[in-house]
Amino acid sequence: MLLEIYTPERKVFEGEVYGVQMPGLDGLFEVLNGHAPLIAALAKGRVKILQHADQREVCFYQISGGFVEVLHNQATILAESAVAEPQAHSE
Amino acid sequence: MKMVSAAKLRRAQDAIIQMRPYARKLQELLQHIVQNYQGDAGRKYITKRPVEKVLIVVITSDRGLCGAYNANLIRLAKQLIAEKYAAQQAHGNVYVMPIGKKGYDHFVKYRFQVIPDHWRLFHELNFESVRQAAQTAVQGFLSHRWDVVELIYSEFKNAASQRLVVERFLPVEPAQAQQSQTHTNFLFEPNEDQLIEELIPKILNTQFFKAVLDAHASEHGARMTAMDKATENATEILKTLRISYNRARQAAITTELTEIVSGAAALKG
Repeated sequence: MLLEIYTPERKVFEGEVYGVQMPGLDGLFEVLNGHAPLIAALAKGRVKILQHADQREVCFYQISGGFVEVLHNQATILAESAVAEPQAHSE
Repeated sequence: MKMVSAAKLRRAQDAIIQMRPYARKLQELLQHIVQNYQGDAGRKYITKRPVEKVLIVVITSDRGLCGAYNANLIRLAKQLIAEKYAAQQAHGNVYVMPIGKKGYDHFVKYRFQVIPDHWRLFHELNFESVRQAAQTAVQGFLSHRWDVVELIYSEFKNAASQRLVVERFLPVEPAQAQQSQTHTNFLFEPNEDQLIEELIPKILNTQFFKAVLDAHASEHGARMTAMDKATENATEILKTLRISYNRARQAAITTELTEIVSGAAALKG
C-alpha cells in the first residue's frame, strides 16, 4: 500500500510499504495492505514503517501526534511534526 | 535589494505550497468525519458569546523598507478597533497580539494592551513557534479571556498585489457540510467525538500558520515592489543630477573661456 506522511512544513515520506505501526490514542496498532477505511487519532510517539513482509527493513519516525486516514489502500499520516530517526538500531 | 527580496519571496512562496497538501488533507478528514455525524463535539469552538473582550492578532513584518505594508496593516487594525470594537476599547477590553517587530513597536508605543509573547515569530519561522502563538489565542478563547479573536494580515496574491484581510479566527464559522458522492464507512478510532475534538485545534493551528506564511510572502512581495520603485526613482534623480552637473560644468568653462579671451583681447589692444 501507499504511505504518505505530511507535516505543515513539508511532505516527509511517500512510498510503497508493506505495513505501518502507529501509536493510536488507545495504544499501538498496525495497518497492513488492504485495510478497511479508517480514521484514527494518533498520540505522540513512534511510527514504524515496514518496508517488506520479513520485517527486516524498517524505519522510524517520531511524531508529535496527529491523524491517519486509510482509504483505497492508501494511508495518509498527518502530523504537526515528524522527524526521521537514525537507522542505527533495529528491533 | 530587489534581487534579495525576490529570492526570499521565492522561498516564502515555496513554504506556502509545501503546507497546502497538509491543510487540504486535514479539511478532507474533517469532511469525512462530519458527513454522518450528529453529535455535539467541538461546540466550544463554535459557540458565539456576547462580545465583551476581544483579541486582535496583527501580523506585520520585522523589518521596514517595504513601502506602506506595515502602515496599512496597523491602520486597518486601528480602524477595526475604532469602528467595530469601540465600546470594548472604552472598557479596556481590547487586546492586541502583534506579530512582527513593526507592529509590536507601534502598539506598545501607543499603549494598547499588548500580548507580547509571540512578536518574534519571524525571527525563526517554523511551525512550532506559530503553533504556540495559535494556542495562546485558542486557550485564551476557551478560558474566556477573550470572546472573539480576529486575525489581520496581508493575503498573498502575487508579488505585486497583496490584499489586507480581517479574518475571524474564533469562534469558528461552522463549515457547510458538503455532500460528497462517495459514502465510505470509516472505522473511527477512538470515536468521532474525540476525533473532532482533536482535529479542530489542529485545523486552527494550520489556519494560523497559513496566515503567517501568507503575511511572510506578502512582506517580501511588498519589499520587492518598494525596492523596484526606489531603484526607478533613484535612476531618475541620477539623470536630472547628471544634467544639472553638466550644465554647471559647461557654465564654468564658458565663463573661464570668456575671461581668457577678453583678457587676451585687452593685452592686444
